[in-house]
Amino acid sequence: MINTAFLAARKTPWEVIFPNLILLIVSLAAFAAVIYLVFLLASRVNVRVQEWLKYAVFLAPAVLFLLIGLVYPTLRTLVMSFMNADSTEFVGLDNYVWSFTIPEILIVLRNTAVWVLAVPTLSTIIGLSIAYLTDRMKRPGVVKSLIFLPMAISFVGAGVIWKFVYNYQPNPDKPDIGLFSAISKAFGMDPPNWLLEAPGNTLLLILVMIWIQTGFAMVVLSAAMKNVPDEVVEAAMLDGAGNWQRFIRVTVPMIRSTIIVVLTTTAIGTLKVFDIVRTMTGGNFETNVIANEMYSQSFRQMNYGQGSALAVILLVCVLPIIAYNIRQLRRERAER
Amino acid sequence: MSTRKKARDIFSSPIASAVAVIIAILWTIPTFGLLVSSIRPEKDINNSGWWTFFTNPSFTLENYGQVLFMGSTTNPPLAQFFFNSFALTIPAVVFPITLALFAAYALAWFNFKGKDTIFFIIFGLQVVPLQLTLIPLLQLFSKGLVIGDTVIIPDLGITGTFIPIWIAHTIFGLPLAIFLLHNFLSQIPKELIEAARVDGANWFTLFSKIILPLSVPAIASFSIFQFLWVWNDLLVGLTFGGGVKQVAPLTVRIAEMVGSRGSGWELLTAGAFVSMVVPLIVFFALQRYFVRGLLAGSVKG
Repeated sequence: MINTAFLAARKTPWEVIFPNLILLIVSLAAFAAVIYLVFLLASRVNVRVQEWLKYAVFLAPAVLFLLIGLVYPTLRTLVMSFMNADSTEFVGLDNYVWSFTIPEILIVLRNTAVWVLAVPTLSTIIGLSIAYLTDRMKRPGVVKSLIFLPMAISFVGAGVIWKFVYNYQPNPDKPDIGLFSAISKAFGMDPPNWLLEAPGNTLLLILVMIWIQTGFAMVVLSAAMKNVPDEVVEAAMLDGAGNWQRFIRVTVPMIRSTIIVVLTTTAIGTLKVFDIVRTMTGGNFETNVIANEMYSQSFRQMNYGQGSALAVILLVCVLPIIAYNIRQLRRERAER
Repeated sequence: MSTRKKARDIFSSPIASAVAVIIAILWTIPTFGLLVSSIRPEKDINNSGWWTFFTNPSFTLENYGQVLFMGSTTNPPLAQFFFNSFALTIPAVVFPITLALFAAYALAWFNFKGKDTIFFIIFGLQVVPLQLTLIPLLQLFSKGLVIGDTVIIPDLGITGTFIPIWIAHTIFGLPLAIFLLHNFLSQIPKELIEAARVDGANWFTLFSKIILPLSVPAIASFSIFQFLWVWNDLLVGLTFGGGVKQVAPLTVRIAEMVGSRGSGWELLTAGAFVSMVVPLIVFFALQRYFVRGLLAGSVKG
């Protein structure tokens, strides 16, 4: 009964796509038309009007979007983090006390800390090593492309790829379809139920993020290595520095600032990681992280207070990085 | 150049190259396994490892046919989500880049007080986690903005359409786009701008005749970046799509398929590859520009 009602009510894909396609075309056309008209009119008015019109046309839209879409919501979230679930009354620090006392949330905070420490360090170290190894290769193109490739894959796609790798076969009589289980058995080990067993499962999720981020580190660091002057490298060689010493004493110090950029960028990306955890374990089995818990609290439990508090904790974690970046930029500009 | 080449020849060691090749192979195996699995018949995928494909090959496109074109009673086929991803991504690339180019132009070439302050704030906004904006922004879309009794933004009734997702991506893409394009535009020689001004070009013709044509490479680089970012995004699509299947992108549907027990590996592997194919094509075809964009600004909020 219900099923047939469903079938009758369900639209065919084309019935859904068609109005959406119209909306898409109309929106793009309207956007282009508005800009065209504004330009047409603006270049005809007199110069004095143009002097203020130029701000209204070029600067105001982006600034308004940022004010309404980023600045206001951030401030509002700060306020909401001190309010109850439906933001009707103030509750003081309750949401923060909750964040730092409930055992489940403490696990979430611990996991996030592990993520933020492990992913940037390991992906930078691996990326740096690959950059150094390929720096001397004659044709590094294919090797680099393959390692860089996961950057183009969504976290959701990566989640599916690795969930398949971590697949566990509970029935001992059936052959394994997960690569990890098959390899363990080949070495005579009894494979665990990979994604269910804490704390190893968090490390397995972290591995996915490292798999994605290493390519980024490699590309950026390898570009920086190309800028290390040959004279410096040759001087080190003449002084009898071996491969390893040249790497540690010459290459790494020379590209130090780029390494820091890679570390901080990866750390920021890692703090916000949500898709991997959500896709692979749904945050269960002690694998949850702040970004995913923030989503669950806000949009599953509909507890805006606790969700906002978790978001603010994320902000507090990135604040030092923001401050550092702005200081760096100021310095760069002053040098110019 | 010649010393560089010489140094390279001396440095290049077969062992280092071999290690790099091995790492690259290890890095590719998981993706390769998914791709191989997606073309195996259902029975094979679920009963033997994908590596047995090479000793016992059997090939089918049925998984793709099923996942792309056959919906269920509750879920439309992936083809529809595939369209949605495109419909979401195109404006979510065009809108922020246009607005960002405008703002970058203003910040790079107009002389006004507070220019640097605005620029630094925008730069700082790049790394503000999206999570901070989700709830208030969602309420803006569903209820409008009312302070006291004054309606500042009315409820526009756009929930459940593409519009909130486009706007959200536009907002989140702006800071990085403005930063990168500003860096690019401020390198245009001052003489060029001044000469055009002396010739009587106003700020608007200056933009369309000089700034826009010159910034095509920068726009291309950033477009690829934003395209991959929007196409691969889950959080924004999930939050601002309002849980409506008519506007949900591929990532939302694939994440749902992973969560539900109903989907076997034959559909998941094929579905995941469907969601990956466009970014992979973009990646391989335009890798050079992508790398350029990445190097220009490696901070994204």
